[in-house]
This record gives sequence, C-alpha cells and structure tokens, in this order.
Amino acid sequence: MSDPKDMAVKDPGIDDAIAKLTPERIQAAIRQVLDRESAARLQVYLQTCVRCGLCSSACHTYLSRDSDPDFAPVAKVRDTLWVMAQHPDRVDGELLRKSARIAFTECGACRRCSMYCPFGIDIAYLIMTVRRICSLLDVVPQFLQDTTNSHSVTFNQMWVQPDEWIDTLLWQSEEAQDVLAGAGIPLDKEGAEVMYSVIAPEPKILAQLLGNMAVIMKAAKVDWTMPSADGWDNSNMAMYSGDFEVMGRVERAHWERAASLRVKKVVMGECGHAYRGAVYDGPKWLGWQRPPIPMVHAVEFYYDLITSGRLKIVRKIDTPVTVQDPCNIVRGSGLHEKLRYIVRALCSDFRDMSPNYEHNYCCAAGGGIINCGSPWKLSRMKSIRVKAEQLGDTGAHLCITPCHNCHSGLEDVIKHYKLGMHVSFISELLVKAIELPEA
Amino acid sequence: MYELVRGPLVWLGFIVLVGGTLGKLFTTARLASREKTVWPTMSWHYGLRSLLHWLLPFNSRNMRLHPVMTIVSFVFHLCLIVTPLFVMGHAVSWQQSWGFQWWSLPDTVADRMTLLVLLAGGFLLVRRAVAPEVRNVTSFKDALLILLVIAPFMTGFAAHHQWLPYQATIALHIVTGVAWLAAIPFTWLAHMLWFVFTRAYMGSEFGAVRHARDW
Repeated sequence: MSDPKDMAVKDPGIDDAIAKLTPERIQAAIRQVLDRESAARLQVYLQTCVRCGLCSSACHTYLSRDSDPDFAPVAKVRDTLWVMAQHPDRVDGELLRKSARIAFTECGACRRCSMYCPFGIDIAYLIMTVRRICSLLDVVPQFLQDTTNSHSVTFNQMWVQPDEWIDTLLWQSEEAQDVLAGAGIPLDKEGAEVMYSVIAPEPKILAQLLGNMAVIMKAAKVDWTMPSADGWDNSNMAMYSGDFEVMGRVERAHWERAASLRVKKVVMGECGHAYRGAVYDGPKWLGWQRPPIPMVHAVEFYYDLITSGRLKIVRKIDTPVTVQDPCNIVRGSGLHEKLRYIVRALCSDFRDMSPNYEHNYCCAAGGGIINCGSPWKLSRMKSIRVKAEQLGDTGAHLCITPCHNCHSGLEDVIKHYKLGMHVSFISELLVKAIELPEA
Repeated sequence: MYELVRGPLVWLGFIVLVGGTLGKLFTTARLASREKTVWPTMSWHYGLRSLLHWLLPFNSRNMRLHPVMTIVSFVFHLCLIVTPLFVMGHAVSWQQSWGFQWWSLPDTVADRMTLLVLLAGGFLLVRRAVAPEVRNVTSFKDALLILLVIAPFMTGFAAHHQWLPYQATIALHIVTGVAWLAAIPFTWLAHMLWFVFTRAYMGSEFGAVRHARDW
C-alpha cells in the first residue's frame, strides 16, 4: 500500500486546485485528452495490457520501496488512467489527488518500464497523459507549476530577466578570458556553426558552467554563438507539468531563435530533459517529425571534439569515478558508449554501474519530480534507495553525469544516504584536463 | 443441438473474430493517422529487430530476470497456438466440412501439448493469485479470461479421452472455443492482435528515433 506519509503531503498546487473543481470541468478535461488529443496509441495500449506485472522490476520506485505492488508501473496506471478511461464518472477530487501524487512525484517518465513491458506499452506516455489531464484542471504541484509559469512569462524556467541573462553572459565571458586569452561568449553571431543552448539553472545558480563552455569552445576553435534574447532556454518544465501549449511555445521560440541566427546546428548543454523537449516531445506536439535544425547533445559534441583531436586531454583524474546514464540521452538517444569514451579519456580509474546503459536506474529527480520541490523531497529519497545502493557498490568517489536533473538528484541521494561522493558535469572536468593554447 | 453448435455457432465465432479484428484494425489505423508521428515513425528494420528479440526466449533482460515465467510463457503461447491448428480432430473437421487436406500432429504429441497448456495456464492462474505485483492488478474478470482460454483445452482433452459423454463434452468444447475466439478482439486477449504493432512501434521509436535498444 502507498506510504501514509506521502499521502499526507500537503501541496497547495494540488489541494487548493481540487477544492475549486466541479464534476463538469473534470469530465470536460478527461474527454478533451482522451477523445481529442490522444488517439490510436492510447487506445491500443489500454486494450493490450494483460496485467502480467512484468513491468514491476523496471521501476526504481517499486524496487526502492521493498517491492510494494502499489508502486509497480501497471498499478500506477490502474490507479489513475484506467479509472479515467473506464469510469470517468468516478473521477473525483480524491482520485485526482492520488493521480497527481502518482503521476508527478512517483514516476519520472524515465521509460525504463516501457522498455521492460513485453508488449512495448509506453507506460511513461500513459503517465504523461495523466499529467496532461491534471494540468488542464490546474492540479499540478505548486513548485513545478511555478517553473511552467516562468516559462510562460519569460521563456525560461527560473524567472531570469533579459538584463540578468546578458549580464551573466558578459560576466562569464570575462571569467573565461582569465583562464584563456581570447575566450568569450559571442552573442547573436549570425551564420555561426553552433548555437549553444543551456537551461535557466546555469545563469541562475551555476554560472561557472557558461564560463567553462567558453573556454572549451575557444580551445577547440569552435565557431559558436549564444542568443542574447528569448529562446535560449529549452529546459521546458511545461513538458513535464502537462502544459503542452506552453511546451510548444517554448520549443517554437527556441527553434525560431536558432533559425534566425542561421546556425548549422544547436549544441545542447549537459541536460537530458531539455534535449528530450527539443528533439522529441516538443516537435511531436508541434506536428514535426524532427527538429528543423540538427541538435547534438554535449556528450556527442565533446566526443567529436576529442576524437577529432580538436581537444587534447593532457591531465587525467586519478579519483575513482563512476558514471550515471541519464535516461533522456541514453534510453532517449543511445549516447552511452560516447559518454564512456569521454569518461575513460578523462579518468584513469573508471568503475561502471550495474545495471548500466539503457538499463540504468533513473535518478528519480528527472521528469519534473525534483521540481515538485521540498514537500516531496522525503518521498523522492524513499523512491531512490536502489540508486544509492548502485552508487555505493561502485566504490567511486566521484559520479559524472551530463544532466542537470541527474546532477541535482544524485547530490540529494548522496547526502541523504551518506555516500560521501561528489557529482560533476563533464565540462567541469574537461576544462581542467584539456591542453590550453598559449596566449 | 450438437449440429447447431458444430455449424452455425462455429461460423458465428469466426465471424465475430474476423469481423471484430478487421473492425478494430480499420478504426485503429484511422486513429493512428490522427497522430501525425505514428506512421512516419514505424520502421520495418527496427520494428522487426525488436519483435525478433522479444520472440526469442531470453533475448531481453526482463526475460532473463524472470526465467520461470519466460519458459512457462513461451511454452504456453506456443502450444496454445499450434495445438488447435494441427490437432487431428480439427484436421478431420476441416476435411469433412470443406474437403481440404491439412497437416496434423501425432495424437500423443497433441495430447502432451494440451497438457502443457493446462499446466502452464494453471501456473499463470496461481501466479496471479500469489505474486503480489500481479494479484494487486488482477480482477476476477482477468482470472475468468484465463479460465476461458484454457477451457477448450480442458474440454477437448476430456472429450478425446472420452471421460465424459462424448457429444456433450465436444459441444462444450466448441462453445468454449467459440467464446474464446469471439472474446479476442474485445478483451485483453487482443494482445494477440496488437503485440506485433505495439512491439514494432516501440522498437521503431527506440531504434530509428532514439538510437537505443529496447530489450
């Protein structure tokens, strides 16, 4: 059975919104999503599930919570979407409260279960459908909704204002110049080979990552640019809150900015869900089969720079390291081998996790879970015990992960389970390891 | 009574099965066109690659995590499909009714395969009753469906060995068989029909779009 402590969590984004709902509004939202927005896939998935329970062993929440059957992916769908689809008249405030808890805080849409279902039922898609219904009813955890509101107003997830954005870029240009003469962040350079795309936490709380990238770009002699105006952040929390209208606006703004700069490709910084939003979910919602300009994730980009000799690794790290495969670029883009190539190039003592590659466990932070904020943090920690065990088993002191959500999530896991490790982005190690040209 | 069951009822079963299946396929194909990315995503190469991996025992990690279930499930499905198609009694019926020759399994082989269906079906029922993650999502209807699936095998086996009055048992065999066929398009037995498509779609999305494996 579900943990009573999690069931008692108060979240005004959920509780207050439910208090304002009417049965008619609930029915209308369900009908809109089930009859008009979804079609064959949803119908077929609902008809195909034989309730075999084989998806259970895929889910980190289920495994971390002592194989409690209520946390099995199929049970999460039964408790939410099955009721909405089969008995819409029975959907009341209580069911919506339960659905929001399950869909937003106990499933990160990491798609591991979609991979373990013998029929290939995309369970993550079904959970995202539940989120969509909740979102239409404004039943969304408050902290997560705040990021969506920010996207809607500022086109970035952390209320970064235009002057703050430009100021941060200029500040980090100066910082980069201290490390490498001539390094800097070229703004709005039309026709550049690369537009570099980041997410709002970088200017807001991790500005040094921007400076790192300026150094790496200069060392590798990349012709690059960053936009000074909206469209620079495609982290797209709206994709996870279920506000697909805002998700579409954010992605369109991002791709239109890239198109207006006439760049050859967009390099996505070390973030998994921004990549997912820009390459898959955003285009799908907009009715595009693929993005209008090729996007490469930082992992592919670094891999190309290292293998082509544009970046030379001259100092390796001796600390024992392991690597976290982010779901959105591994199950989502098959970048696990390239990731390991980079890690091996940077580190002399690499210890892989088990299971790894596409079978790696989710960080339990992605998919919008960490963005549900402090009310749900303890629940999130309970849902991620397997990751703590997996990390501890490697004996590593440092965990490398090219994803912001994995990064923040693992920091929490390490602190909560007292693992005594650190987490690092690739770029942080890369700037210390590469050969910098003489001034 | 027996003639009614053997004639019109069997026809009815097949009409519902074929009609229901075609109807479902047609409406679903039309619905799939509404989602602009479904058909363009489908890839023969990656779809077949995924199907192959999941149709060969122990070729996916999840199958290796559940070895007993994998063996039972493969035996169950294989015998479930092959036995009714090639059992001697059915081959004789094809010949009597439509006059065409059909392959048939030796009696003892079909007998053992039927027993395997019953044993494996029993295992699946027990699993639903005792494994917490399955019991939690199993309803009475789900258990009934499994019983419905193995009922024609039970009655066929009993009729063949003439444990009970033959005509009544065979009539029951036909009635349960027809109910089973007719239920396929309208219950989760439809996984027989959808498996190829859902698996191929997931394989295509993982392979062609996401460059990853799904097994």
